[in-house]
Amino acid sequence: MDLVRKMFGHSEDKENMLPAPEAASPANSHRSGQWRIGRASDVGLVRPHNEDSLLTVESIFQGNDIRESIGLFIVADGMGGHQAGEVASSLATRIVASQLTQEVYTPYLLRDVQAEANPLPLVEALQKAVEAANQAVHNQVPGSGTTLTCALIINSRAYLAHVGDSRAYLYYNHQLTQITRDHSYVDKLVELGQLSVEAAAVHPHRNVLYRAVGQGDQLEIDIHSLDLLQGSRLLLCCDGLWGMLTDAALQAVLASAATPQDACEQLIAAANEAGGRDNITAVIIESV
Amino acid sequence: MSLDTHQIRSNQSPAGGVDGALAPGRILQSRYEILGILGLGGMSAVYQARDQRFPNVVKLCAVKEMKSHSLDPQMRTLAIQNFEREANILATLSHPAIPKVYDYFSEEARSYLVMEFIEGRDLEAVLSEMTSFLPQEQVLEWAIQLCDVLQFLHEHTPPIIFRDMKPSNIMLDKHGRLRLIDFGIAKNFQPGQKGTMIGTEGYSPPEQYRGIAEQRTDIYALGATLHHVLTRQDPRVEPPFSFHERPIQTTNPAISSEFAQVVMRALEYEPDRRFSTAEEMKRALVILRPTAVARYGALATSQFDSSEIQPLWTFACEDEIRSTPTRAEDVIYVTSYDHNLYALNADSGKFLWKYATDGGIAGSPCFVEDKVIIGSDDRTVYCINAQTGRIIWTCPTQGRVRSTPRCQFGHVFFGSDDRHLYAVNLQSGRVSWRVELDSAIRSSVAIGEELLYFGDESGSVYCVDIRGSLKWRHNTKRGVTSSPVYHKDTQLVIVGSQDNTVYALDAQSGWVVWRYRTGKAVISSPCIAEGVVYIGSADTNLYALDLKTGRLNWKYATEGQVNSSPVVADAAVYVGSVDTSLYSIDAKTGQLRWRAHTNGPVVSSPIVVGDVVYVGSNDRLLYALPA
Repeated sequence: MDLVRKMFGHSEDKENMLPAPEAASPANSHRSGQWRIGRASDVGLVRPHNEDSLLTVESIFQGNDIRESIGLFIVADGMGGHQAGEVASSLATRIVASQLTQEVYTPYLLRDVQAEANPLPLVEALQKAVEAANQAVHNQVPGSGTTLTCALIINSRAYLAHVGDSRAYLYYNHQLTQITRDHSYVDKLVELGQLSVEAAAVHPHRNVLYRAVGQGDQLEIDIHSLDLLQGSRLLLCCDGLWGMLTDAALQAVLASAATPQDACEQLIAAANEAGGRDNITAVIIESV
Repeated sequence: MSLDTHQIRSNQSPAGGVDGALAPGRILQSRYEILGILGLGGMSAVYQARDQRFPNVVKLCAVKEMKSHSLDPQMRTLAIQNFEREANILATLSHPAIPKVYDYFSEEARSYLVMEFIEGRDLEAVLSEMTSFLPQEQVLEWAIQLCDVLQFLHEHTPPIIFRDMKPSNIMLDKHGRLRLIDFGIAKNFQPGQKGTMIGTEGYSPPEQYRGIAEQRTDIYALGATLHHVLTRQDPRVEPPFSFHERPIQTTNPAISSEFAQVVMRALEYEPDRRFSTAEEMKRALVILRPTAVARYGALATSQFDSSEIQPLWTFACEDEIRSTPTRAEDVIYVTSYDHNLYALNADSGKFLWKYATDGGIAGSPCFVEDKVIIGSDDRTVYCINAQTGRIIWTCPTQGRVRSTPRCQFGHVFFGSDDRHLYAVNLQSGRVSWRVELDSAIRSSVAIGEELLYFGDESGSVYCVDIRGSLKWRHNTKRGVTSSPVYHKDTQLVIVGSQDNTVYALDAQSGWVVWRYRTGKAVISSPCIAEGVVYIGSADTNLYALDLKTGRLNWKYATEGQVNSSPVVADAAVYVGSVDTSLYSIDAKTGQLRWRAHTNGPVVSSPIVVGDVVYVGSNDRLLYALPA
């Protein structure tokens, strides 16, 4: 046995025995963590005022041979009479952004700097932030509510928190994928095969939500995560956009627009051309 | 915009400045003194009041007020008509579960209905204060009472559809009887000016959202209410119409299948498949009463066949088997604390060859190409010819090797108690690199996109690239013996820690995405299938957690620590327990399929190939069982 070991055993030899770098890095080159952002919001052609809110934050850290990006993007569509809708959507947006700054962004900056940063898990931070918004809207703007679709992006990974019928779509590799599911009865009926997509589009109750920020009580939120690989465009938008345009129309703009800002503006123009029945808001994050 | 009625608990004051609410002390009709608010809805408020016509006793009543702020005269008229309708209905009804109406009047453009004050709490309040499940007999009696009052309403001429059966509309009075409150006014939809509205219903059937309300609508809502009471899962926070995805017995195994079936039939999506009348449902419930069961004789009991699972074959080693067997072609490779690696015929268990090391073997064999690689407590890693059992190369380390070797990129990766992670050339056995970490590495490596993930006994989870440089680390509070699993689609690394917690880490950044706390150390390694993480804990449970959020889908309690790592095949989870059993559990529902007994703790992790489960036990036997 010892002879065998002498013959075949080797001690550490670090110089020239690294694993063959044949596969080195193409797998990671499409995770650049660099983005371009577009954003736009419009009152539309019918409504007296804009009840949507949006927020975009892009932070780049570069230093000590490290480049890290973290971003926060929110679209919210408020509802409720007497201008309560815009109060609800803006309140929810501000609260979620401020909570995530505290619970995620600050600990992220201090990671590896302070040993005891001990940040909340991302899912808990997202849930806590949306719950805080839920309580604030419930208490401060009773009788109102808002949708909320929020993307927290760390380098090339996006974490989404979602309540209501605003939507997130991913355009990548010539394909448009709807990431979120609407919390509407009509969508549920479609899912259960009780209603066709065509019938849903004109259903009188298509705007009735079963979940919204501001409903109080326990609010369950949906969490999604996805890769933002190079060339992909993540669209966050309210029903004033997706309700006016077909998926094919959305895809055509996302595929052709030169910049994410151009894409947002073209989408809003197209929704207005189709009637602009509701407020229109779009945020696009493109991975470059 | 229509928000559902939110009951205000008596110990809370209403949110500041409820517009136009009557203040305590206000007297209506020179007779009813307002004492406080019982509840607030979109268009109505309910007050507690004292009837001053009885000066020498405190006679309490409930006063329901209809507020109509609507500027739209049509909406106003509609609201008043609704209110009068409720008053008229209630005044003519006489049933023990329906509150009595005493008076009806209008004052200052508001309408009022004076009703019997029911002392007690509504079921929603009862549910929210409950810390455990109610006994089946209790809920069964309530169900019968509610069917009875629905039957009464539906058989009324003309039939009355309650439309709004839900816990907050059911009072439990001080005599323990149920009473229905809030008739007629509830409307699920009001076209909003803004195009978007909120419904927080949860109890209503699909057809009600198409504007249909009939007897079977109430039956569905009763089913939804009973489902809520039995499972304590609030349907308003669950996806609509999802009752059939949440079987009652999964959450509350104490409920009989017969009772669960009655509730589920009331919840059928198609009205035609529900009970056609409340009376029919009542009959189905009455025979479930314990006394009735005795009278009607034995009903079907547990369908679970507990007959013992017999092994196809067993193979005896000379000491405990703590590792996972490996199968390649028709050969099973298994390691034992008796120092040996064994090769056995997979179909018969027949001995083919064995290879002896100088120490016990805790890790599992790794099969790659035509080689089997094992680490031993004698501090050495061996590469053995899989056909002949002859040695190809050995690689010495300075500590016991308990981590299972993993192979990729033409290299073998493993950790040692000498605190190093090794990358060894698969063909030559030469060390390409080794990297020193804080503590002994007994966790096995997970391989992602050119990144390696593993834990050490100091509690760190590490990510190093394929050249051995550290990319990130995450510190847990106790040792990480569990082996991480990398999941490509979600870019998550899932791992357990002896700090009792299961962690999901972002594969690129090491950020904690979610965590789930169990009751004791998590030594078991996770298994991911169909968006669910399965993992055991020393707290005796096998857990099924949602991969995206870490929410608990179900847990299954064994009678001993679950340090074995689960494996999923064909919608079943297989896992061993220190209680000496191997369990087969339905992956979706968490219900036991079967349980096989051995004569020692099962810390070995099973594998499933085809329709055979292979697992080792500390009774020294390797078992081949029918899956």
